Amino acid sequence: MSGKAASGGIGDRFGGVLSAPYTLIMKVLDIPMRAVQNAIGERRMPYVFLLPNFLLFGLFVFLPLILNVGYSLTGGSKLYLSERPFVGLGQYATLLDCTNHLQPSTCREDHFWRGVYNTITFVVLQVVFMVLFSLLTAVVLNMKIRGRGFFRAVYFFPVLLSPVVVALIWKWILQREGLLNGAITTLGGEKILFFVEPGWAMFWAVFVSIWAHMGFYTLILLAGLQAIPADIYEAAEMDGTKKWRAFHRLTLPLLMPNLIVVIVLSLIKGVQTFDEVFVLTGGGPGTATLLVVQYIYETAFSNQVQNFGLAGAASVMLGVVLFALTLLQLFFARKGEKPT
Amino acid sequence: MKRMAWLLGSAIALSVAGASGAFAQTTLRMTWYSDGNEGEVMQDLLARFEKANPDIKVVLDQVPFKAINENLPVQLAAGEGPDIARVVDLGGVAKFMLDLRPHLKDAAYFEKNYGPFLSWMRLPGDTTSIPGYMTQLTVTGPFVNKTLFEQAGVALPGEKATWADWAKATKQVADKVKAPFPIAIDRSGHRFLGMAISEGAKMFDAKGEPAVIDDGFKTAASMVVDWHKTGVMSKELWGSVSGATYRGANDEFKNAQVVMYMSGSWQISQFDKQIGNAFDWVAVPNPCGAGGCTGMPGGAALVGIKTTKNPQAVAKVMEYLASEPVAQEFYSRTLFVPGHVGLAQKGIDYPSASPLAKQALGVFGKQVGQVSQTAYALQGYTYNRIIFNAVISRVGQVVAGEGTLDEAYKRIEQDVAAQIAERKK
Repeated sequence: MSGKAASGGIGDRFGGVLSAPYTLIMKVLDIPMRAVQNAIGERRMPYVFLLPNFLLFGLFVFLPLILNVGYSLTGGSKLYLSERPFVGLGQYATLLDCTNHLQPSTCREDHFWRGVYNTITFVVLQVVFMVLFSLLTAVVLNMKIRGRGFFRAVYFFPVLLSPVVVALIWKWILQREGLLNGAITTLGGEKILFFVEPGWAMFWAVFVSIWAHMGFYTLILLAGLQAIPADIYEAAEMDGTKKWRAFHRLTLPLLMPNLIVVIVLSLIKGVQTFDEVFVLTGGGPGTATLLVVQYIYETAFSNQVQNFGLAGAASVMLGVVLFALTLLQLFFARKGEKPT
Repeated sequence: MKRMAWLLGSAIALSVAGASGAFAQTTLRMTWYSDGNEGEVMQDLLARFEKANPDIKVVLDQVPFKAINENLPVQLAAGEGPDIARVVDLGGVAKFMLDLRPHLKDAAYFEKNYGPFLSWMRLPGDTTSIPGYMTQLTVTGPFVNKTLFEQAGVALPGEKATWADWAKATKQVADKVKAPFPIAIDRSGHRFLGMAISEGAKMFDAKGEPAVIDDGFKTAASMVVDWHKTGVMSKELWGSVSGATYRGANDEFKNAQVVMYMSGSWQISQFDKQIGNAFDWVAVPNPCGAGGCTGMPGGAALVGIKTTKNPQAVAKVMEYLASEPVAQEFYSRTLFVPGHVGLAQKGIDYPSASPLAKQALGVFGKQVGQVSQTAYALQGYTYNRIIFNAVISRVGQVVAGEGTLDEAYKRIEQDVAAQIAERKK
C-alpha cells in the first residue's frame, strides 16, 4: 500500500517535471494572446489560430499558383518573372492552335494534345477498372474467409510504396529479359516486347497504376461495407432474397457515398498521374503513353529551351479541369449528406 | 608562475590563430557526373590539391548525367549553382560560365592547349573568354562484338564500309547467333547526326543558320526507319520512349546482345572493366556515306560558374586540374581521349587499359582526325541541343509508328525555329 503511494508520488513528481516547460510556455503565450483577444474581441480569435495555417497555405500553395498564372502570360526562357517578356494569352493560343482538335497531328503543340487524349484514355480505363477491382476485393475481404487480416495487409501493401519503386519493380518484371518474359519462354512462348507496342504499353500503365493504388480505395469501400448493418442482410435472407439481388439492391445503394468518393478521388489522381508512367514507359512508345503532366514537366524542365510559359499555361488548363472535378466531388458529397 | 602564464597565453593565442586559419578555409562545390571511373580519379586529384592548398576545400557533388542537363541549368538560372561544374551542353550553359582569364596565372597555357575547344564554351560573338577546359574529348563511333562475328562465321566489314554494308553483315550475324540487336544506336540526336553528316547532311545554310533537313539527312533518317522495319534495329531503343529521352544500349552490349553498338569513346572505360574476358569487342571506324566517314565530336568540360563568390579559388583549382601532369594522369587513368592539344600530340599512355581498350582508344584517336568540319560546326553551335532533341523526338515518333517521315521533317523544322526564337526572347 505504502509502496503504491510512494510510486504514485514519484509518478506525480515526474509528471510535474515534464509538464513544467509546457506550463511555462502556456503562461508566456497567455500574455500576448490575452492582449490580442482584448484588442480584436473573442469572436475574431479563431482567425488568429487559423493564421499560421493560412500563411503556410498561402506561401506554399496559393503563391506558387499565382506565380504559375504569371508565368503562363510570359514568354522566353529566362527564369525570373521580372526578366520575362509579357505575351498575354499567347501561350494559351499556342496550345489551342489546331486545325482539328480531335487530330493532334494538326495541332501546333501536337504533344500537348496527344497528352490530353492519352490522359483521357488512361483516366477512363483506370477509374472503371480501379472501382471494379476495388469493389470486388472489398467485398471478398469483407467475407469471413481464412487469413482475412493477412489479405487485407497484402492488398494495402503497394499503397505504401513510392510510385518510382512501383514502376521500377514492374519494369524489371516486364522488360525483354524480365520475370514475365522468363515465364512465357519457359512455357514455350515467344518473348513479348511490352513497351514497344502502344496497346501493351497503355495496358501496363493502367494495370500498374491500379495495382499500386487499389489498396487505398479498397480500404474506403471496406469501411463502407462494414458500416452497413448486418440485420438488413438478415432480414433480406429471411425474405428469401438471393445473394446477387441483395448485393444489387442493398449493398450497392448503401455503399454509394463511398463509391462516389472512390470514383472522384481516383479520377483526380488519374488526371495527375506522372511518376509511375514516366518511369515505367517514358511516355512511349512514340507518344502512346505521354500524359499531360509529363508534357508539362518536359516542356518546363527537360527540353533545352525550358519553356516555363507554355508549361505554365498547360498547368493552368490542367488546374481548371482538376478544379471542376473537385467541385463535382463536393457536389456529390453534399448531395450524399442531405437527409433522404 | 609568470612563465607559466606566458606559456598558457601563447598556447591560447596559437590555438585561436589556428582556429581562425581553419575558419578562413574556402569551400568550393563542384558538380560532377561520371560515365566510368572519372569520379574516383577526380576525388583523388582533389585530395592532393587540398593537401597542397589547405586554405581551399573542394566538395565533389556527384550527380546522375540527367541532372547535369535538366537540373543544373535551372539551378544556374536561379543563381544557386555550384562554383564549378562538369557540363556537356556547353552552348546551353555558356551564359552562366565564369571567364577565368582575370584570375589565371597563365591564361596563354589554356589558349595554347585547350584553344580549339574554347569556342564551344563561348557565347556567339565572344572570342576571348576562358571558362574552363575539356575533361574529355569524345568522338562518336561504333563498337562491335567480334566474338559474335566469329561465332557466326561472318567477316567484319572493312575500314571504308558503308552503313548498308554493316547493316547486312550485322543482320547475318544476329540471325545466326540469335542476338536481338543487330545494330543499336544510342537514342540521341547527337549520335544520329554523325550518321546523317556521313550521308551528306550539311546542317547549316550559307548564312550559317540551321538548315537541318536536306537530302543527306533524309537518307540517314530513311535508313534508320527502314532498319526498324527490317529488324536491323530493335524498337526497344528509339521506339519505346517519347520526346528527347536518352536511351543507351551499353548494358545490352555488355550482355552480348548487340552485334554493333553506335555510341562513343566515353564507353571504353566501362566496357574494359565490365566485359572483361566475356567476349572480344573492338572499336571500328565510322561507316561511310556520301559525306564521308565521320562521327560527331563532343565531350565534357569543367567550367567555373560566374555566380561563385570565390573566383580566385575556382581559378586555382582549375589551373591545378588543367595543368599538364594532372590532366595527363586524369586522361590516362580514365581512358579518355585527351582534350589537351599538347598531350594529344605527345600521346597518352594508358597503363591500366587492356589490349582491347588500347585498340579502341587507338581507333577513336584516329577518328578525331576524320571528323568533318560540318560536325565540328554543329558541335560548336550554341543551340545544337535544340536540333538534337527535335530530331530524336520526331524521328523516334516515326519509328514508333506515329506519322510519316515527311511529317517529321516539317515538325523538326518547326520545333527548331520555334525553340530558337523562344530562346532569343
